[in-house]
Amino acid sequence: MIGILKLGYKLLVNDKAKFAALLVGTAFAVFLIVQMTSIFAGILEKSSSTVINIGAKIWVMDPGVTTPASSIPLPGYVLDEVRSVNGVKYAVPLYSGASLVKLRDGTYQAVTVIGLDDASLFGRPELVEGQIDDIYGENAFIVVHDQEFPKLENPKIGTTFELNDHRGIIVGIAKVTISGLFGIPTLYTTYNRAIQYIPNLRYTISYILVEPKSKEATAQIKEEVKRMGYEALTADEFIGKIVKFYIYQTGLGTNILIMTVISFIVGLSISAQTFYTFILENLEKFGALKAIGIKARELIYVILFQTTFASLTGYGLGIGLSSLLIAVATLRVPNYTAKITYFNLGLAFIMVLIIAGISSYIGIRKVIKIEPFDIFRG
Amino acid sequence: MADLAVRASELVKWFGEGEARTYAVREASFEAYFGEMLYIVGPSGSGKTTLLSMISGILKPNSGTVRVEDKEIWRLKEDEIANFRLNTVGFVFQDFHLFPRLTTAENVAIPLILKRRNWNESIQEAMQYLEIVGLKGRAHLPPVKLSTGEQQRVAIARAVVSQPDLLIFDEPTASLDGDTGRRILDFVKKNILSENRCIIIVTHDSRIFEYSDRMMRMEDGKITEASKGDLHEE
Repeated sequence: MIGILKLGYKLLVNDKAKFAALLVGTAFAVFLIVQMTSIFAGILEKSSSTVINIGAKIWVMDPGVTTPASSIPLPGYVLDEVRSVNGVKYAVPLYSGASLVKLRDGTYQAVTVIGLDDASLFGRPELVEGQIDDIYGENAFIVVHDQEFPKLENPKIGTTFELNDHRGIIVGIAKVTISGLFGIPTLYTTYNRAIQYIPNLRYTISYILVEPKSKEATAQIKEEVKRMGYEALTADEFIGKIVKFYIYQTGLGTNILIMTVISFIVGLSISAQTFYTFILENLEKFGALKAIGIKARELIYVILFQTTFASLTGYGLGIGLSSLLIAVATLRVPNYTAKITYFNLGLAFIMVLIIAGISSYIGIRKVIKIEPFDIFRG
Repeated sequence: MADLAVRASELVKWFGEGEARTYAVREASFEAYFGEMLYIVGPSGSGKTTLLSMISGILKPNSGTVRVEDKEIWRLKEDEIANFRLNTVGFVFQDFHLFPRLTTAENVAIPLILKRRNWNESIQEAMQYLEIVGLKGRAHLPPVKLSTGEQQRVAIARAVVSQPDLLIFDEPTASLDGDTGRRILDFVKKNILSENRCIIIVTHDSRIFEYSDRMMRMEDGKITEASKGDLHEE
């Protein structure tokens, strides 16, 4: 059988123009599909940046919360109640809000302010400059050095600014795992300073961060919090909730889906049409093979092999091209966000298999119908 | 008397149904023997190719039987008929049907590859047959780089490489000039025909009649004459 498949391989790759067209069609489709879905994955990851950067195992919130940025403040007693739940090792408040910073040149810049629990500083970022204890100093803030950092005029330790008529001073520069989605810089300070500087509603706790005593305690904590009328989610569940919101309630998912389907149709059109032309041009030869003695199922194997080989090679090329572009763009293009995930690769792979399947079906239908007698008759 | 290679009995083939039904072959019966080169001659549309297709396992007759080497071929299953064509019959098509994307050696090796022989061994064996037809030096070229006569010889090498007992030639000289056609047939008669092999040639090219051992004439789907001397006179 290997010899017969090699025959199919040679018939395919030696027709260089058709083979190139098949590869280009599939690679182009894979490239577009992976680009679309990777950009989407990148956006989703950024949308969950607060959850990833803070790193708490369990987040307690109002059930109406859809994203970290749309927190609904919790009453202070909830924190006490959560702390009293059996299985909770510790629970701390987190403030997450937005404000405007007046820069030294007089312009204003929107910022995200994260207020960490004063006692534990749970969720603090990794500092690249300064000391974490300096956060307790007067008017102290830590700035995150990410893509948005220049928007605060590249502050250094000691740089001052105004925040709601309060003086602020940079005491540390931090790095985080992922920068935020909305293109605004992030400042860290203590919880109490945050609620003091930024106007708030009656309640001030955005989230309660919980460390369970054990993994097994998570279910009980969730149950108890639910009984209080609130929601406790693990980090993964919270990320899942955010992702669902962006996919289903913002139109982002639909638009990306449409682009992915268009990419698929383009790839399918090019590949299937090229393979169909390849089959048509070789139809007499396939008929001759039938006359010589190839069996119908062997001919089907040959065509399946040809389409699978062309599709998988195109898939590899498309993935390589996408990875290269994403790598270059990440280095060169500010705020470019894309992430190739196993899901993206799997989705593109499934679509390539569908392209291969449809191309094969078209080819097989045609080849099975050809009668060796037609070859004799001419 | 040589052994019987093919016995066709009362073969009938029609195309279309109802008023559109057209008979291509009508109750054709004949025998072919090992060691002979049998010509089926006649004008275009007389049913020669249809008859050839029925005895080589390509086209099923509407009625009648074909026995090749004690096998009633139209009682075989689909896969068995494919095996019969692969193992027992060698075809030389009118337009050769060589694969332009393969080398000459690979073209010749196709029947061996279909028999699931090792690729390299098949190519080596194909080279031996290319040597027989005088084209060993052109083994690496694609067929399109060869002359028509050379392509014909490649097609012959491909037909005989699996050592079939029955060789079928369909209008072998249709695209060749007179001299080349005669050279090819002379070559086939001297080098390919053997006492264990039967060659059936469909042609209407009278220039090559002299190479036949026996001839049958067909007209309107019927075998009208089956003698040698008379037809040689044409």
